[in-house]
Amino acid sequence: MSGVSTWGARHAQAMLGAVGRLARMPLATFLTITVIGVALAIPVALALVVHNARVATGDFRNAIDFTVHFKLGTPIARVEQLAKQLRERDGIDTVIVTPAEQALQEFRRVSGFGEALAALEDNPLPHHLLVRPKPENAVPTEVESLRRYLAAWPEVDIVQLDSDWVRRFNAILDVLRRGLWGGVFVLGLGVLAVVGNTIRLEIQHRRAEIEVTKLVGGSNAFVRRPFLYTGTLYGLAGALLAALLIWAGVSYLDRSVAALAAQYGSKFQLAGLSWRDFGTLAGVGAILGWVGALISTGRHLRRIEPRA
Amino acid sequence: MRASTAVAAALAFRDTVNMISFDNVSKRYPNRREALANVSFSIGAGEMVFLTGRSGAGKSTVLKLIALLERPTRGTVIVNGVNTGALPSRKIPAFRRQIGVVFQDHKLLMDRPVHDNVALPLIVADTPLREIDKRVRAALDQVGLRGKERSLPSELSVGEQQRVGIARAVITKPPILIADEPTGNLDPELAMEIMRVFKRFQEVGVAVLVASHDTHLIDQFGQREIVLDDGTLLSAGIAVAGEQFSMSANAPRPSDLPNIEARR
Repeated sequence: MSGVSTWGARHAQAMLGAVGRLARMPLATFLTITVIGVALAIPVALALVVHNARVATGDFRNAIDFTVHFKLGTPIARVEQLAKQLRERDGIDTVIVTPAEQALQEFRRVSGFGEALAALEDNPLPHHLLVRPKPENAVPTEVESLRRYLAAWPEVDIVQLDSDWVRRFNAILDVLRRGLWGGVFVLGLGVLAVVGNTIRLEIQHRRAEIEVTKLVGGSNAFVRRPFLYTGTLYGLAGALLAALLIWAGVSYLDRSVAALAAQYGSKFQLAGLSWRDFGTLAGVGAILGWVGALISTGRHLRRIEPRA
Repeated sequence: MRASTAVAAALAFRDTVNMISFDNVSKRYPNRREALANVSFSIGAGEMVFLTGRSGAGKSTVLKLIALLERPTRGTVIVNGVNTGALPSRKIPAFRRQIGVVFQDHKLLMDRPVHDNVALPLIVADTPLREIDKRVRAALDQVGLRGKERSLPSELSVGEQQRVGIARAVITKPPILIADEPTGNLDPELAMEIMRVFKRFQEVGVAVLVASHDTHLIDQFGQREIVLDDGTLLSAGIAVAGEQFSMSANAPRPSDLPNIEARR
């Protein structure tokens, strides 16, 4: 057997030994994995909330829209003419004309006040335009310049800038994003602490074995090997559990969220973990477990020296 | 080669190859207790020596210094050509693989079968698996425990457990074998049996140092004695040619130990 295959066999032996030891303590193993899994699932769930919120509200840069309400009685032909004029202006991405009749129909459908609106003799709604600047022109100075231009038209009653709610929502998501990174840091430390402490207990439990191993010439690297595998397995299993929890949560909420989105005419559906996300989560879990075990073994194994 | 020439060559080899050498060695522990004071002696290849003295005389400290469980406070300890006081920590594991150590309490892993206990020194040295099985069988055969590979230590008698400890100590074919009160828990008959096992290793060229206060046993074997008293050397003994040193030029070397199986 070559040196490489002996080395591989030793690692396989260390890994299988670690699996065996975890399997021999099912309850303790399950509890440790559960703690790690929940600690990993919390920031991942928060990240999914932020991601889904962004998807649901579209691209924020494009969400700076103007709604231009015309005075009642403005002919639709004049509105169409102004819309055409506006489309030829630099920095304009989209101009959508909504005639008063169409606006009333939409309002009737969405509001649920169909019968009350039918009682009205005249359409109380004006024609209006939805104007969206190009993303690169959605900066405060240009947005203000466009607002003044639109407000200067004599046919225009109100120019409404629909970006305030977006800014507020954006601020909330920024807070969530910052919280997410804070959560990742704190819960990552938590995973390190859980794995480190579990490995510390196992080192204490196997103290006699470690002493004998060192006495017959086992290096620190050799003694450390099975503990590193144990830590990595804890992290990996915790990540798998976190993915399972996330999948269960998304499956549970998906139908309700889709139904809610449909109420607003959206086909939005909750996004879960992609395969890439899953791979990242598994990798992060395994690395955290390995690092936790490395710190713990570095700190505790050196203190154990054989006694005659 | 004529017999007289062979004996002369073997004696010359012993005189020039000191496997263990203490030169004015003192050891003071952190509690200020001086366990050894200016102790000097040497043990040659293929020599079997008893280390005697009352409890607290410094026997265990000598063994700890040899196995590099402790370093000397003053003086020089040279084991198998290595100055232990100057050996970097990272090289200690490889150094320990050169020394077989037998304990009074065996220090076996009670949840592992005999095979795994005996194989441990080879496993830590990344020895190929097939080689391990072969050498475990040879070592167990040498101590009369062939067929007990799958037994747990708790299923064995105290004497058998001690022999498992010896098999583990010699499986790496170390040129030095040290034992700390290896017969302390054994009845006289078992103690003699264990000592005969040590004698067999001496006969193939291993330097054997046995710490014991069993004067009856020591007298029966008639080997060289290093006597300690309160950390000082009372006597380093005298090796008598032909009595304690039976190695001849044609005798097997420590590296021949696995071939013992082939002699069955």
